[in-house]
Amino acid sequence: MSTTAALGRSASATPTPAQKEQRTTPRRGFADRTAGYVFLLPWFAGLAVFTLGPLVYSLYLSFTDYNLLQSPRWVGFANFHQMFTADPRFFHAVRVTLTYVVVVTPVKLGLALGVAMLLNRRRRGIGLYRSLFYLPSLLGSSVAVALVWRSLFSQGGAVSNGLGSLGLPNADFINDPTWALPAIILLACWQFGAPMVIFMAGLKQIPSELYDAADIDGARRWARFRHITLPLLSPVIFFNVLLETINSFQAFTPAFVISGGTGGPADSTLFYTLYLYQKGFTDFQFGYASAMAWVLLATVAVLTALMFRLSRVWVFYGDGGNR
Amino acid sequence: MSDPILAAAPGPLTAARRPRRRGTGRTLLWHATVVVIVLVVVYPVIWMLGTSFKPATEIVTSNRPWPLHWTTQNFPDGWHANPSVTFGRFFTNSLIISVCAVVGTLASCSLAAYAFSRLQFRGRSVLFGAMVVTILLPYHVLIVPQYAIFKQFGWINTDLPIIAPKFLATEAFFIFLMVQFMRGVPREIDEAARMDGCGPYRTFFHVLLPLTRPALITSAIFSFIWTWNDFFTQLVYLNDTANFTVPIGLSLFVDQTTMTSYGPMMAMSILALLPVFLFFLAFQRLLVDGATSSGLKG
Repeated sequence: MSTTAALGRSASATPTPAQKEQRTTPRRGFADRTAGYVFLLPWFAGLAVFTLGPLVYSLYLSFTDYNLLQSPRWVGFANFHQMFTADPRFFHAVRVTLTYVVVVTPVKLGLALGVAMLLNRRRRGIGLYRSLFYLPSLLGSSVAVALVWRSLFSQGGAVSNGLGSLGLPNADFINDPTWALPAIILLACWQFGAPMVIFMAGLKQIPSELYDAADIDGARRWARFRHITLPLLSPVIFFNVLLETINSFQAFTPAFVISGGTGGPADSTLFYTLYLYQKGFTDFQFGYASAMAWVLLATVAVLTALMFRLSRVWVFYGDGGNR
Repeated sequence: MSDPILAAAPGPLTAARRPRRRGTGRTLLWHATVVVIVLVVVYPVIWMLGTSFKPATEIVTSNRPWPLHWTTQNFPDGWHANPSVTFGRFFTNSLIISVCAVVGTLASCSLAAYAFSRLQFRGRSVLFGAMVVTILLPYHVLIVPQYAIFKQFGWINTDLPIIAPKFLATEAFFIFLMVQFMRGVPREIDEAARMDGCGPYRTFFHVLLPLTRPALITSAIFSFIWTWNDFFTQLVYLNDTANFTVPIGLSLFVDQTTMTSYGPMMAMSILALLPVFLFFLAFQRLLVDGATSSGLKG
């Protein structure tokens, strides 16, 4: 609560000197130039204390052995060395996470684009449909939704029972190492509403004259999609791919809840972030957890840079491109 | 935000277009397709609702999503599932954290957004770039050192590690959202205010902030929902059952994996999502448009 008070004070106290200055000097150049920094004060403080500071500290901790009780002990590259040579669970977590990212990103975005194109026309009730598809994204990766998934796909759950009554193989999906990860992947794909809404906005920007012209040229549906929709939508596609990839790498809650925090069965849902959490907050190996965090950060950073570089080849910022 | 598609929803426009007969069959097919997809997407929510009113025996045996015999017993059962603390406590804790997060986020992020969108100062574009990068920064890199810092402060097992950062604009996403919106407000308006003798501070509080209201409301709702649903941070910082929030309270159900707890578990899940549903019902247009214009991940 002390922060509230401090913030309130700085916000209400600052106008006075500035106003005084206004009254004495007609030119406000100086006041304007400092005002920017004054308005950014809370953000500066937050950046220093909660972002930059921790970032540097985390890098330092990644080279130490630290259990929070004793002070950090410098071990050089030992954490990284152990990670890459002597920790099969680390590689397993990497494999699980990469599988998840590689499957979820295209499937979810494919669904999002497909439904967005389906909804991209004047029809009654379009607003309602749009909202209903967005709802799962809003519920997000909440514990409640993860519990629903766990119940749906467990023994006796609706999905298992339903498949069973159709005579199909029904399993206790959540406790089956083959099916636990696909169930979580399905949960992520179910939440295609957020990228869909962004696709819809992008589709609306494409001038309909282009399609009319293509019609006159006798272009078929696929040709129109390939030569008009895809290139003109490419900035939006890029934006969604970037966002979804970065988000997928950080998935945590569904895996934690569905596996009861273990990453089981048989480590089949041991997501990278879940393993990081276990290393830090159940095994108290904070140095190791920090090292893992930096590997994640480096991966995401390299991937982001790579995607930006690659985007020059396929993202089209032409007349219709709006971003 | 002109929206021809949404404008078509109420009726007159579509009614006028109705004469185009040949499309009727195709329109029906389109509606059928979309409704089928809607049903698949909404099914888990319907199932959750149905299960929360089912007696325990029916949950495992029947496939129909709604109950044959309705019961409300799951709600008190779920509420008291934890022997020491009821869900009432969890809800109070979640509410405190979420409301504080909203206040902190709005206060700090709107200040920063005004600076980035309206004021001239040295290094503005570099700082703005830094702010955007922090949106993409994985939170997991910060959690260990932040935990160590908060432990130094003696804040572990209190709400402070969750609330305090929000007052210092760490949710950079909302700065970005507000900057986007403020850029759309005509500059003539604050130039007029300047002519009338307003400095940057008065212009912000009396002119720009009121005009930014739609973005502020969107931010407030999203900030509330995200904090309400957030699990990771609360899991890390809150250790005593008395301090638990709704998400952690819910996750306790996972320890007791008996089939019979499905009903109470779904009943509490429904209650946990109730604020989100209510916001959704009240502000769906605003929430969906907010997601569109800023790329919110939801």
